[in-house]
Amino acid sequence: MHWWFPGNASSVGGKVDTLFYVILYITGAVFVLVEATLLVFLVRYRRKSGRTAEHVEGSTRAEIIWTAIPAVILVTLALVSQPLWSKIKDSDTYPRNAVHVGLEAKQFEWHFTYPGPDGKLGDDDDFMKKDTLHLVVDRDYVLEMTARDVVHSLFIPAFRLKQDLVPGMDIRMWIKPTRTGTFEMACSELCGLGHYRMRGVVVVHTPQDYAAWLVSQGAASAADSAAAGLTPSGKGAP
Amino acid sequence: MTAAGTAVPAHTHVDDRPFIRKYVFSTDHKIIGIQFLFLSLFFLLVGGLLAMGIRWQLGFPGQAMPLGGWLPEGVAPGGVVSPKTYIGLVTMHGTFMIFFAVMPLLVGVFANYLIPLKIGAPDMAFPRLNMWSFWLMIPSGLLMTASLFVLGGSSVAGWTVYAPLSNTPDYTGVHLGQQLWCLSIVIFGLSSLLGSVNYITTVINLRAPGMTWFRLPLSVWALFITAVLAILAVPVLAGAVIMLFFDQTIGTHFYLPASGGQPLMWQHLFWFFGHPEVYILILPAMGIVSDIIANGARKPIFGYVSMVWAMIGIAFLGFIVWGHHMFQSGMNPTLASAFMVSTIVIAVPSAIKVFNWLGTLWRGSIHFTTPMLNALAFVSMFIIGGLSGIFMASTPVDMYIHGTYFIVAHIHYVLFGGSLFAIYAGIYFWFPKMFGKQLDERLGKVHFALTFVFYNLTFFPMHILGLGGEMRRIYDPTVYDYLKPMQPINVFITVSAFLLFASQIVMAWNIVRTLARGKKADVNPWHDCGLEWTVPSPPPHGNFETTPTVYHGPYEFSVPGAPADYVPVNQPLPAVPEGRR
Repeated sequence: MHWWFPGNASSVGGKVDTLFYVILYITGAVFVLVEATLLVFLVRYRRKSGRTAEHVEGSTRAEIIWTAIPAVILVTLALVSQPLWSKIKDSDTYPRNAVHVGLEAKQFEWHFTYPGPDGKLGDDDDFMKKDTLHLVVDRDYVLEMTARDVVHSLFIPAFRLKQDLVPGMDIRMWIKPTRTGTFEMACSELCGLGHYRMRGVVVVHTPQDYAAWLVSQGAASAADSAAAGLTPSGKGAP
Repeated sequence: MTAAGTAVPAHTHVDDRPFIRKYVFSTDHKIIGIQFLFLSLFFLLVGGLLAMGIRWQLGFPGQAMPLGGWLPEGVAPGGVVSPKTYIGLVTMHGTFMIFFAVMPLLVGVFANYLIPLKIGAPDMAFPRLNMWSFWLMIPSGLLMTASLFVLGGSSVAGWTVYAPLSNTPDYTGVHLGQQLWCLSIVIFGLSSLLGSVNYITTVINLRAPGMTWFRLPLSVWALFITAVLAILAVPVLAGAVIMLFFDQTIGTHFYLPASGGQPLMWQHLFWFFGHPEVYILILPAMGIVSDIIANGARKPIFGYVSMVWAMIGIAFLGFIVWGHHMFQSGMNPTLASAFMVSTIVIAVPSAIKVFNWLGTLWRGSIHFTTPMLNALAFVSMFIIGGLSGIFMASTPVDMYIHGTYFIVAHIHYVLFGGSLFAIYAGIYFWFPKMFGKQLDERLGKVHFALTFVFYNLTFFPMHILGLGGEMRRIYDPTVYDYLKPMQPINVFITVSAFLLFASQIVMAWNIVRTLARGKKADVNPWHDCGLEWTVPSPPPHGNFETTPTVYHGPYEFSVPGAPADYVPVNQPLPAVPEGRR
């Protein structure tokens, strides 16, 4: 029975989860407190013979208190959220040595372009894969994303990552997988009749497995140079 | 055609209008309000039926629907909902519920019916515009309904009709359906604008002597602020939709990137309307609930003035938070941060309102009438909907829950748990004034209890689905391995939703039975202070025999020294000993 977040597998997922739990505990406490107060008032101040309502019109002090407290809590939440957000989405802060992978979404398919042995996108040794993203664990990647037809949204639940792909826009997203395994990806922006089956998988390899995978792709020579060029220290990218 | 046997007071008009001018093309705000009531209840039923189709497919993907065999092969082959039909259901459920059910129920019904009666006016400032605002809803509703039946089917782009999915027929196979959607929404916008102009002008100009701004009931304040929101937001929607229509029909490319257009422009324009729209759908509910809670607790509203300012604050901030629908859209992340701050700030006035409702109950003498129960449900459900919104306001957390069932849960906690419970409260509360007959309290409480229970069983588990990562608007969640373990939750929700739908029969039966042979209502059955309760039920054409004078604020309940536990606003407050007030 798995009725909660899928297990985290990315560098940012743990922080997103922590922030979620902070908000859950705060809102949970407020929820219990406020609903309990409501229930107590409903029982205690229900109509009873011999007791009448008290003609109270308000209290400035009470109102200042219950304006200020939520304001402080909420602004703090915004301040706490901000640095994590910039880290995830602001492409200026992405690691310089990240491997760039291309992604073009079209109706119900994800087309990934791998940089090939030289680690650079946009030249002759690039190769493409449909609906499968192969990554090496603990390595930084930047997806260069666009869409061919309509708006799609890349959603990798185990990575806690989501980013829309918009036709005519070049959008970048940083990914750093922290756990090997196979994880599902989905489209989370309604993109047409086949939206529900726009499914893909992310396969996160150890460096050795990745090299083996490259070999199995019939690119043996490419794999050699890839294993040499794309060490986990990320020297492969310029 | 006057009330049977009663003398016609000199001031009210002798109502000798022919039937068609009195009940069909009527300029009387009360008749128009009642027309809106039945029209929007009809669309509420339509929207609810479409939701049942959605729930069947999600609970039992790929299985034939009960009675599904009656549907044409093209819609449900072998009784099974097709992917196209499914997205059509999702799109039209949202469209009907927002534009044709909840918005006209709140604004069309209560603004029309209540504003003139509550401020002491004989009718709206522009009765004929008012008639137009209702009669434009008819072609608008007809076009939207027709779009379900045309070749190619209805729009399948979601109620937000994101471009380029919506403006390029090749991507969906839908041509005419989406065009009719656009035309219908433009006409709807016109209707909404005519109504809003009227409400604003009426509140500004036609208040009775003594009805100062800060003596207005909170319901009237809310409806006034809502009209201002509508007049600023709806034209933006209309403009955006007209451009979308041109993209589809005459080959412009406003939202197509290949020739210089911008898909994100649609999203900005849509949500520039769409977020104020959320407040258009909740502010009147807050106003109605404030009136009813003060009445039910037999106390003045706690902090009346701050309640007004909180609504004004929400309305103002409501225009600068639209970007929170677009955190993951590819919009500049720094801009998203700015929208996060404004979104977080808007929670403060919402919190003030909740605390003030609690303050109103404090030391009250709470009467658990049907309207009061529904109003209390509004407060308790709005707390959940408001708190769940904080998760989305935080941009990194939104990244995970955006576009999942968590959002679906949130919007239904605000729109059903919030707006619809307030609408039910308002219908039970003002029904005796509208029709002169009292709805059955016992049936009303049965309806309330069933709705409250099945509503929560339907929508609360959607939070869990969303946290498990289930996307909205997907035809079959079992395509994904990680979603398969949650399928029992979907079955549970579907069964609850069917029971929720069935529970509404109790209310329909209550209304039909009461109209046919209900108990005659007193002039003021809830012992309320409002001006509408000083005139007969239903009020005559022209409302007031003589223009009333207002002596005090709207919620003078349990005033020390008063003969009853309420003082109608057209009677002075009792003199109080020095130092008491």
